Amino acid sequence: MDAILLQILNGLDKGAAYALIALGLTLIFGTLGVVNFAHGALFMLGAFCAVTVGKLLKYETVKLDPTQTTPWGSPAEIRTPIVEEWFGDFGALMIDYSVPFSILFAIPIMLLLGVLMERGLIRFFYKRPHADQILVTFGLAIVVQEIIKSQFGANPIPQAAPALLAGSADLGAVLGFDPGTVVYPYWRIIYLLFSALIIGIVFAFLQFTTYGMVVRAGMADRETVGLLGINIQKRFTVVFGMAAVVAGLAGVMYTPILPPDYHMGMDFLVLSFVVVVVGGMGSLPGAVAAGFLLGILQSFASMNEVKNILPGIDQIIIYLIAVVILLVRPRGLMGRKGVMES
Amino acid sequence: MSQKLEKIKSPLDMEPLTIEVHDVEASHRAKTARNDLILMVVFSAVVLGGPWILAPFGADYPDLLQRFCIFGIFAIGFNIMFGLTGYLSFGHAAFLGVGSYAAVWSFKLLTMNAVPAVIFGVLCAGLFSAAIGYISLRRAGIYFSILTLAFAQMSYNLAYSVLTPITNGETGLQLELSDSRMLDAAMGIERTSSLPVTNLFGMKMSGYEGFYFCAIILIIAFYISLRIFRSPFGMMLRGIKTNQNRMAYTGINTRPYLLTAFVISGMYAGLAGSLMAVTDPLAGAERMQWTASGEVVLMTILGGAGTLIGPVIGAGVIKYFENIFSAFNEDTLHAAYSFLPEGLADFMTTISHPFVGEGWHLTLGVLFMMIVIFLPGGLMEGAQRIANLFSGAGKKSKAESSATDTQPAE
Repeated sequence: MDAILLQILNGLDKGAAYALIALGLTLIFGTLGVVNFAHGALFMLGAFCAVTVGKLLKYETVKLDPTQTTPWGSPAEIRTPIVEEWFGDFGALMIDYSVPFSILFAIPIMLLLGVLMERGLIRFFYKRPHADQILVTFGLAIVVQEIIKSQFGANPIPQAAPALLAGSADLGAVLGFDPGTVVYPYWRIIYLLFSALIIGIVFAFLQFTTYGMVVRAGMADRETVGLLGINIQKRFTVVFGMAAVVAGLAGVMYTPILPPDYHMGMDFLVLSFVVVVVGGMGSLPGAVAAGFLLGILQSFASMNEVKNILPGIDQIIIYLIAVVILLVRPRGLMGRKGVMES
Repeated sequence: MSQKLEKIKSPLDMEPLTIEVHDVEASHRAKTARNDLILMVVFSAVVLGGPWILAPFGADYPDLLQRFCIFGIFAIGFNIMFGLTGYLSFGHAAFLGVGSYAAVWSFKLLTMNAVPAVIFGVLCAGLFSAAIGYISLRRAGIYFSILTLAFAQMSYNLAYSVLTPITNGETGLQLELSDSRMLDAAMGIERTSSLPVTNLFGMKMSGYEGFYFCAIILIIAFYISLRIFRSPFGMMLRGIKTNQNRMAYTGINTRPYLLTAFVISGMYAGLAGSLMAVTDPLAGAERMQWTASGEVVLMTILGGAGTLIGPVIGAGVIKYFENIFSAFNEDTLHAAYSFLPEGLADFMTTISHPFVGEGWHLTLGVLFMMIVIFLPGGLMEGAQRIANLFSGAGKKSKAESSATDTQPAE
């Protein structure tokens, strides 16, 4: 029982990342009808927002202290981060909380990038075939990835979670199992709550605001909404920006779990597409549900007990499920009728 | 030929199928055949004369020439699927990888001769693509792309993990001294103390000999592709690309045609993969990764999907510039700009530095985007436009003006 719980928990955080990326993909697909292969790059850009902010905060001044010497005789260097000089203890706190702090920067940056991308590139591709959309966004993903590689190098750059949240919670003891059996890092709990919050905000925005209602109406019947005198295109652009923010925030918060490198976006993108397909093209709840589901299944498949029976299943389970779903239930778990069926 | 077209026209159809009827009209048939002959002769001459033609560009060493041929074959095969039917497969690298592994196994178990290796590689890739195609082709459009991508990633992951006994995991499959090589042993070829080299009935398959082997296979592959383009089968595939529903309404089951195209295309990839193993007998899982699939998509698009010669040109251009650009570093760049004034040279060096050497993929990505945005028909469409510009703004219809490009991609 405790082992099962542990696997579910382990699957949830990866599943949360899949769900967030797949949510954005589905939003873009549902509104603009564009298959965005560059969405993984947005996730990666979000992660590198956190890296950049972390770097900036750690920018140091160097003072020489003549009273102390290093073992090899030169005067000792005292390095103080500038923010600490400016804000004192609050500065130190900012450095410690650099990852959550980056969210403040990531939101406007990702929104801007998303809108730029839609206005500058994607909008010219609405009328082109899906193959062209895939190809151009694939090219864009390569470009973004290579720019990041040339700026930050090819190695993963670890980001620390805040010291307070660096440890692990012994959930087993809390839930009445033997202590030490279900140990789960605090940061992953935070990530789960954070994703739940983001997903909640997106759904609430679409469900309970007038703006969101118009967007949903546009998803259902774009032409009629346009005939009512609403500039639906503008709203769809905003939705694209929103999807970029969701992917970016997923990336920011994922950095303490997985040190970001330039190709993390592609790794997640392939899986997120599978998630979208399993959930059902155009279905937001489907994308979220499938994201968590596949995350958990992947985690179960990597248990030793399972691997002993079916070797290698952990590597292919997600793809295998996608294949089965597409063949048995081509619309996906919660797919709407008439989406991508022409 | 024209009778066949009459047959597939149905009274339910409002307008006749928009297959290139002019291509099959009797008056054009002789002309097309003549043009095809010229094309084949020119193509063969260029390929076989590669070492001399490319010498002024500094690309006349066998290793690169072999790569031109191999990726040319790969792209031709991919084009048979994507160019003719419009089905975008993102998993072709898996077939390339299977071909490589099969060829290396043939070297290990049977003989160091290249012919069985190539045959074995093509067969294995064909079987593999038949299995994957059978499932993937149940869906169309983006679903097909994702399914093929999923299968390729699955094969890649399996090659890295469970299939290690077959693929040798991360190390990659290599020749060993202790390999059995049954046929070689039966034929009384003595074991040497060093690793044996691949051969074609005694002729070693590295250097220029290897290149000519690949070149001849490339020419044969190109000829087969030409025949497919001109055949009723190729016409059928183009019909599927133009309007699959209408094909279905006329009572044609399109799936067998698609599957055949997919298997042929997979066999081409397997051929390319086995040639890779012939010229350099090792195989690694990274050949199956989806970035490798992306590369062949790039080559085909760059050259011009749906054209005969485009994919080969695309493959050549990409491999050539990969070779040139990735060799650049800051010093060579500075030397290249040395004709400019000092300050400007520095500036240009700084500007272009991210695009060369390690950053070659950045150039590739930008180039690719440009092509998709501005020139969806690839370099062949560009050449066509320029040709039209000179010949009086396209008085001739595109298909008539030259036999080399049949139809730019949509």
